[in-house]
Amino acid sequence: MSKVASSPYLDGGYSLRGVMLQVLLALVPAYLVYVWQFGPGILITTLLAMTTGLAAEALMLRVRQRPLWPFLSDGSVLVTAALLTLALPPLVPWWVVVIGTLFAVVVAKQLYGGLGYNPFNPAMAGYVVLLISFPLELTRWSAPQSLLADPVGLVDSLNMIFGVGGTAPVLALDALTMATPLDQMKVQIPLLGSVEAALASSPVFGAIGGQGGEWVVGAYLLGGLYLLWRRVINWHIPVALLVGLGLMAGLFHLLDAARYPDPLFHLFSGAAMIGAFFIATDPVSAATSNRGRLIYGAGIGVMIYLIRTWGGYPDGVAFAVLLMNMLVPLIDYYTPPRVYGHSS
Amino acid sequence: MSLLHEQDFHGGLRGLPEHKELSTGQPIGELFMPSRLVLPLCQGVGAEAEPVVTVGERVLKGQLLAQAKGSLSTALHAPTSGQVSAIEPRLVPHPSGLPARCIELVPDGEDRWGELPRLADPLSSPPEVIQAVIVAAGLAGLGGAGFPTAVKLGVQGRPVKTLLINAAECEPYITCDDMLMRERAAAIAEGIQILRHLLAAGQVVVATEDNKPEAAAAMSRALAGLPECEILSFPTAYPSGGEKQLIELALGKQVPYGGLPLDIGVVCLNVGTVYAVRQAVMAGEPLISRIVTVTGDGANSPGNYEVLIGTPVNELVAHAGGATDGVERCIMGGPMMGFMLPNDRVPVIKTTNCVLLMQTEVPAVQQPTMPCIRCGACADVCPASLLPQQLYWYARAENSEKLEHYQLFDCIECGCCSYVCPSRIPLVQYYRAAKGEIVEQQAARAAADIARQRTEFRAARLAAEKQQRAERVAKKKAALKEQGSNPEADAKKAKIAEAMKRVGKLEAPSAESADEQP
Ligand code: SF4
Ligand code: SF4
Repeated sequence: MSKVASSPYLDGGYSLRGVMLQVLLALVPAYLVYVWQFGPGILITTLLAMTTGLAAEALMLRVRQRPLWPFLSDGSVLVTAALLTLALPPLVPWWVVVIGTLFAVVVAKQLYGGLGYNPFNPAMAGYVVLLISFPLELTRWSAPQSLLADPVGLVDSLNMIFGVGGTAPVLALDALTMATPLDQMKVQIPLLGSVEAALASSPVFGAIGGQGGEWVVGAYLLGGLYLLWRRVINWHIPVALLVGLGLMAGLFHLLDAARYPDPLFHLFSGAAMIGAFFIATDPVSAATSNRGRLIYGAGIGVMIYLIRTWGGYPDGVAFAVLLMNMLVPLIDYYTPPRVYGHSS
Repeated sequence: MSLLHEQDFHGGLRGLPEHKELSTGQPIGELFMPSRLVLPLCQGVGAEAEPVVTVGERVLKGQLLAQAKGSLSTALHAPTSGQVSAIEPRLVPHPSGLPARCIELVPDGEDRWGELPRLADPLSSPPEVIQAVIVAAGLAGLGGAGFPTAVKLGVQGRPVKTLLINAAECEPYITCDDMLMRERAAAIAEGIQILRHLLAAGQVVVATEDNKPEAAAAMSRALAGLPECEILSFPTAYPSGGEKQLIELALGKQVPYGGLPLDIGVVCLNVGTVYAVRQAVMAGEPLISRIVTVTGDGANSPGNYEVLIGTPVNELVAHAGGATDGVERCIMGGPMMGFMLPNDRVPVIKTTNCVLLMQTEVPAVQQPTMPCIRCGACADVCPASLLPQQLYWYARAENSEKLEHYQLFDCIECGCCSYVCPSRIPLVQYYRAAKGEIVEQQAARAAADIARQRTEFRAARLAAEKQQRAERVAKKKAALKEQGSNPEADAKKAKIAEAMKRVGKLEAPSAESADEQP
């Protein structure tokens, strides 16, 4: 190895692997709560996605004649795989996981030039492709274990994910699934006429968000605070996103509380929290300067609300992130930081 | 009430491993006589000084060897008595590793002083007289790039509100200013009084970091009783000793873009320079020696030494107890902004604050460079509030327009960005190379302009020969084309020349890189 030709000659000890490991570590609480609340299915899909992702990345690196080890070991595929699976229903069929991961790694990441060059968040790109291609599979969310007479175990989960035993598992899955709180809210408000009635219409709602789900959201928040504390992420994007979403929700809730659920419901349902701390903060596809990050985060927050409330899908995190990804070059262009000594 | 606003500068690094205690254990080592002295005619920025001695000539200690030529150059004096043995290009301590013209002096061992023009009572001497002494003494900033002190002090009647003494010494390992303050605080205080008198400065602020309590205590004893004079001690943060950062820290103001500290009523001098001013004015000694820290895990006996300018680094290291086996690198300056020496026979110059001998290999080089993930860690720590990741992108694309748009030339090359980059990108290396390239392009353009002018002259002359009657007219034309001196253009040229000196001819980095994106 050659010597460093130019200063600094001190080593800060920072590495990509270190950053990615911190992110994965920050997801551990969420995984634990997830398994506790929804069963072990998520572990199976995550492992499947990670293996698929690594294999796809290796293949693509070979094809693109890039060195394997530095890129395979940087941990970025593992983060993408984890985020994608956390966005999917936990008992989704194996081929859905594989297709989503392949799209994320091969198309959204490698074909755009690999790590550092992808304009779109790979996990969200993979998720959106799945959502558009296989809407049915992606809406079969399992009910929280607490609402099931017979909690789902490891073997059941394996059977259902890998489709062992013919149609029986699928039927069984139907019995286990339930509309998500956001879905339920969206469908029931027009039918029943008020947020109150919608909330009463299903046991899926919890104290602030979804039954069980709100605990997972709490774990995301915890992991996010850990990342902030370790300075893996800056506060700008998560805070702007949550404030953007919260303000929109608060505004409409104030205007008509019967038709628009309160801000806490929005913040603690769906993918808002994981989006704020883990997805929108993906540095590669986010805005660069701190001012830009505020705009980027707030834009995602507002867009999530618009899609949830008036769009065609119950949740909007993935679309919001991808849309704002497209605006990043524009945001970056108009938000250079004020250089020392220059007037603003 | 204090006029000072304590506030932070953007970015920077806190908690760097400092290793300062390595070299503060023993008092400053006394002067020693090397076997020869090599004095580069350029001691930092500016043009080479013009030799006024010839090979073979005998000189006395303190005698003028070369006089300043051009506005940014400084005079050079004999560090001891002896004989001039050569005036020729030698390897000099410069990142480019290129040779430059030097005067070599072989000491005669007598160390005999010439006549010393000291000022009996500087505080009642007119400022012009003091300024003339400083010009003659060849003083250059001892903390950084070696900017001529006389230029900084040439305020030409503009009001100076604050004389800011930079005693931050923020780079790890370096302790020469620390030790200077501990041992020679009284002389520094005299220097401060001379400078305040010279500048008619209202207020004096000595700014240091809180990792130098002994030095701060010594300074406050020495400065006790001086009116409007304060010592500020800031939390240790790199690069608080950058001039612009220190001004922001101490005074809460930013130097406007393209301007000078004087534009906001500030003159900022390194504490070592203040000491040199005192020596020049009160003892009549030109700048012929300085304190150098010899340290690092490769130094047998780390410490500070009074060293004659021109002393070869290998003789200094030998005098300082020698280097351990297996020293990997010899760095001049600190680990953040210093540069690796091409070999250890290059001399100590006026700006040499530290010789750092490093044994351990930086782990960073064992890991390949990865692509930028735009994490912004570099921007968070950049004290100039730049976007290092964008600069990196455009440096690789060799897009000089964009580089200037993103203010490449505001980069102070502090190295904070490289230090935190998780992708291990040697960012500063790219910036140095890019700056060098842009400066070279501009120089080439300037050269082309001159060539074009010459051609035009020639055409005019030929025309004149043909048509004698039109001779006068043609001459007039040519004379008109010869541009009169344009202060703005001159200032720009000086800036370019300065940048050129600094960047040298660094090649673009060719580190083994995993990131080979076309
Ligand atoms: S720290 Fe390195 S990886 Fe991060 S944005 Fe800056 S250059 Fe890119
Ligand atoms: S080296 Fe330049 S770009 Fe990097 S942190 Fe320092 S000033 Fe900023």
